[in-house]
Amino acid sequence: MANHVLAFAESRGGELRKVAYEAATVARSLANAAGGEAHVLLAGAPGIAAKAEALGRFGADVVVVVEHAALGDSNPEALAATIADRVKVGGYRAVVFVASAQGKDLAPRVAAKLGVPLASDLTTVELSGDKVVGTHPVNTGKVIATVTLTAIPAVVSMRPGAVTAAEAPRTARVENVAPSGDPAASRVKVTETIAGSTAKLDLGDAPVIVSGGRGLRAAENFKLVEDLAAAFGNAAVGATRAVTDDGWRPHSDQIGQTGRQVSPNLYVAVGISGAIQHLAGMRTSKTIVAINKDREAPIFKVADYGIVGDVLEIVPVLTAAVRAAKGSH
Amino acid sequence: MKIAVCIKRVPEMDVRFKIAPNGTGVDEAGLKWDMSDFDGYAVEAALQMTEKLGTGEVVAITLGPDAAQETLRKALSMGAARAIHLKADPIPFDNFAIAKALAAELSSGGYDLVMFGKMSIDSSNGAVGPMTAELLGLPCVAAASKLDIAGGKGTARRELEGGAELLEFPLPAVVTIDEGVARPRYPSLKGIMAAKKKPLDVKPAQLGDVRLTVTTMALPPERPAGRILGEGVGAVPELVRLLQTEAKVL
Repeated sequence: MANHVLAFAESRGGELRKVAYEAATVARSLANAAGGEAHVLLAGAPGIAAKAEALGRFGADVVVVVEHAALGDSNPEALAATIADRVKVGGYRAVVFVASAQGKDLAPRVAAKLGVPLASDLTTVELSGDKVVGTHPVNTGKVIATVTLTAIPAVVSMRPGAVTAAEAPRTARVENVAPSGDPAASRVKVTETIAGSTAKLDLGDAPVIVSGGRGLRAAENFKLVEDLAAAFGNAAVGATRAVTDDGWRPHSDQIGQTGRQVSPNLYVAVGISGAIQHLAGMRTSKTIVAINKDREAPIFKVADYGIVGDVLEIVPVLTAAVRAAKGSH
Repeated sequence: MKIAVCIKRVPEMDVRFKIAPNGTGVDEAGLKWDMSDFDGYAVEAALQMTEKLGTGEVVAITLGPDAAQETLRKALSMGAARAIHLKADPIPFDNFAIAKALAAELSSGGYDLVMFGKMSIDSSNGAVGPMTAELLGLPCVAAASKLDIAGGKGTARRELEGGAELLEFPLPAVVTIDEGVARPRYPSLKGIMAAKKKPLDVKPAQLGDVRLTVTTMALPPERPAGRILGEGVGAVPELVRLLQTEAKVL
């Protein structure tokens, strides 16, 4: 009986990413429902096995370790083949990915190798009798679809951050597995990995995002947004498409329909009018603050708290107040 | 250089959607339809590639109802040479079924490159491109933000969280297109006239079993009405107080 659940643990540069714990958490909860074990597949360059213990803390009964020098960089061909081959022999009811840049690449390949559809970018998932049911935002988040997967195994990917990683400590058994085929022979090869500023928090990981739009009036005024983010201490900086198109910020900072979709605890929109394409990327944030000179701007319709006025005057005062509040406790 | 571009007809998003009476889809009354955003970038990138090489053919392919032929005509008016319509009404939500139908059509086409948008803007799965690559046994780059083809091989860039990677791959290959590769051109009047005479083949889509379905659709809960706390710097202390005591995020 196929009742185990396999999750893929994402790592980069030999370190687990936050989404790895989210995947393990979902595998744990689905395995509990199915009455099976939670297995987590961890792949990377030799030495990655050292991260197995951390996955046990988040509920993995078994960590399937795949080590190979050619798995240090992203290698979706070799990884997809290895994961699919493991699924075929492991007795799995479900396979869990997180829809990060890597997960979005891997999950459909694995599903296709297994001959099944992929329920992607889910915000919730559960086992319901012989089906797996999940929710998935469609039409730029304006409609929520409940989707039902009858294929076995059920291959799913979760929206990053939709699930809070939960500890369920145990000592995971480690199983070492060889990769399928020769990972060094993959047809698509990474020739260079470009690291962003590693000092910066990624938009997907940051509990607070301070985002700027055209209301800042000039690229150099983005410094105000960066200063406010720095005052929070745990904040990343985002931007609207108008701003990234104008080259004020890199495209990777863009939040919206065609950029990143984020749901931080706090989203501060600075000089952002709230075009529909931008709202699609941040409307699921838990608390939204908007500062904008136009009282009629659509951003105030989704903002929990709004201040009307000139961002160039208000933001420095807010930055000082946040810094004081942070310092007082 | 023979390039297939797989495109999808989607509703324009700049509306308040209503749920259809059967509860499993959106009410289509009054919706306007167009080519999905990322698919437009893919068509443009394909056209620019054949224009740069001075040779080649771009074939636009869609799977959908009869109305999806409008979307194919748009690709033809942008400059694609011909189009193929795989009939399916409605479009199933099962991405593997769609990939199977596309792979069945593409496998005998002799394409050097098969392009997709990185995801459709309505169902937002991003799965059909990589799945089709697997079924065709071709190398795949998902969500390329830069793409260059020269000397029988391709180079691409992919954006990662906090970084990027540069890739190299042989042809034939499947590439799905992220924003930034190319801004789609507007069809010229001449292009629109020419598109009416370009060949458009219609075939049934070979979908197979559908094992992923939408069981209900609903509108997300409305956010409670926001509060404008005030104007200017005078409102800052109240904002900070609320972030501490009410939202508890500071």
